[in-house]
Amino acid sequence: MAAVGTELQPSRRQLASRRRLPLRQRAAKVGGPYLLILPSIVIILAVLAYPIYKLFELSFQTYQLPQLIHESHHKLGKAPVWVGFANFAKVFEDHQFWDVLWRTIMFTVVNVGATMILGTAIGVLLTKMSKPLRVVLSVVLILVWATPQVVGITIWNWLFDQQFGVINYTLTKLHLGHFVGHDWYTSSWQGFLVVTCVVVWGAIPFVAITMQAALTQVPDEILEAAAVDGASGLQAFRRITYPMLRPILVILTSLSVIWDFQVFTQVYILRDNRPEPWYYLMSIFSFIESFKVHNFGLGAALSLITMLIMISVSVFYIRQILRIGDAK
Amino acid sequence: MTTSSVRATQPLRRAPRKSGAVAGRHTKSTANAIGVVLLVVMAFPIYWAIATSFKRGVDMTKVTPKWFPFPGTLLHYRDAWHKAFFLSSLRNSAIIVGLTVVIAIAAAFLAAVAVARTNFRGRKAYIVLIIVIQMIPQTALIVPLFVVLSNFHEQNQLIGVTFTYLAFILPFAVWTLRGFVANIPKDLEDAAMIDGCSRFSAFMRVTFPLIAPGLVATAIFAFIQAWNEFTFAYVIIQDNSKETATVWLASFITQEQVDWGGLMAGATMLSIPIVILFLLVQRHFATGLTAGAVKG
Repeated sequence: MAAVGTELQPSRRQLASRRRLPLRQRAAKVGGPYLLILPSIVIILAVLAYPIYKLFELSFQTYQLPQLIHESHHKLGKAPVWVGFANFAKVFEDHQFWDVLWRTIMFTVVNVGATMILGTAIGVLLTKMSKPLRVVLSVVLILVWATPQVVGITIWNWLFDQQFGVINYTLTKLHLGHFVGHDWYTSSWQGFLVVTCVVVWGAIPFVAITMQAALTQVPDEILEAAAVDGASGLQAFRRITYPMLRPILVILTSLSVIWDFQVFTQVYILRDNRPEPWYYLMSIFSFIESFKVHNFGLGAALSLITMLIMISVSVFYIRQILRIGDAK
Repeated sequence: MTTSSVRATQPLRRAPRKSGAVAGRHTKSTANAIGVVLLVVMAFPIYWAIATSFKRGVDMTKVTPKWFPFPGTLLHYRDAWHKAFFLSSLRNSAIIVGLTVVIAIAAAFLAAVAVARTNFRGRKAYIVLIIVIQMIPQTALIVPLFVVLSNFHEQNQLIGVTFTYLAFILPFAVWTLRGFVANIPKDLEDAAMIDGCSRFSAFMRVTFPLIAPGLVATAIFAFIQAWNEFTFAYVIIQDNSKETATVWLASFITQEQVDWGGLMAGATMLSIPIVILFLLVQRHFATGLTAGAVKG
């Protein structure tokens, strides 16, 4: 393919200089990109524009059960009232909000850290280990990746089961403590340990397989040249491998932050759809305020705050994306 | 003092070639050892799920766990197979996944070409849009989304679920494909056109084969997302006859109890198509995610 390209290049240049685009083609060239992005924009906006608008609107309204009834059966209930930033003010005055925010940040840091460290380690190991083992490990990673989230959560719940869980049995047998009949959810520290197991276990394959692919794209010749020039392994890593991997590390870390900051299903299902207040993360807090307390305005405000925090944290990510995304 | 200085100078004194060979063998066995440990940790939950699916009821709830499912039973698989709505849920998932993959690939490919090849006005805004979309907490959108679908009369419809999935899958799909398109030199296509190809046939003969792995990678991503999604399918669909495979699977979990055997058997059956697909195209998928990020 490359050979064909180089062979043809001179004749292309000669011709291109002679050719001028007719007006119609030039118009198509300007309008073209917009036609190309149109289908994706239409789908995204058709599905999400109104929900996003509604999310903003709700966050500035008093919107509870009477208002919900008013919208579905006209004249009954009460109309939503515009209250400005009252919902946001209420959120910021609430002690629980700061507790939940702090918990969510800690949870995200621990989970993203564990995911990135273990995922990268497995990615590196995959490039270094012997072939049969690599194939087996790859298959296992794919199996984990392909496991539906609901199933993954249920499997871990079964592993940590109070009565018949393998983990309680094994820990007791290894003399690491008395775990017979141990309930992992009475302490929120231990409960979040279970959640972290589920989240990190499910997230590792994506990071590991991507890192492996990224590592194989670092050309061997450069590393060999560095070795010949007397660079130590550490130096080669710092000066060559790391700079080349940096963009992909930024992207993976940012995506992990986005996903882990929004963790919902894992906690919700592990706690039998009734999470106690000390298991609230931002997404759960917002969900409970909306659907259990029926204070939809406050729930929407919480969601928007979550989103703004994520956007401000991902400024680096967005910049990286815009940098590598320049058209060629 | 002495030892530290010796250690510090050691790498310089060694001949690079020899040290590489020794370190290589050493690294490999260490890597293998750590690899085995991680392999066991990652694999155990999967093993335990599959083992449970073959265990007899009495063996499942033993204080001393039965590590191997012998003597086993196929009863759970028979139960899962005959459980109401199994085949219809598979068909519904197949329809939703099929539509999602085809439309996502087509729309994402067009957008990827625009983003990778042209510098149109509003390009950065478009990129920021597809990134920010991924940061909206999905649980916050459930209710208003349901309202939108009702307005289009698409609540309780497979097509409503399909479009919901598309809105969330498209951003990532556009981004993955962009990397592939950006990696293909534009000159290649121009050259084919000079040689007498039309733009269309130049595209089909030169560009398309090079992008094919990227299309496969993106298709797999869309496939997994759509096949595994639970929350939106659960909220949007009310009829049991229209439920998707994951919603069907969740019916093994009720307020009173969890049918572990049936759940694990059902989950194992639902994972088979994905695992086969994944094994076929895994390499393309991984390259697809990094294309453009490392090289570009």
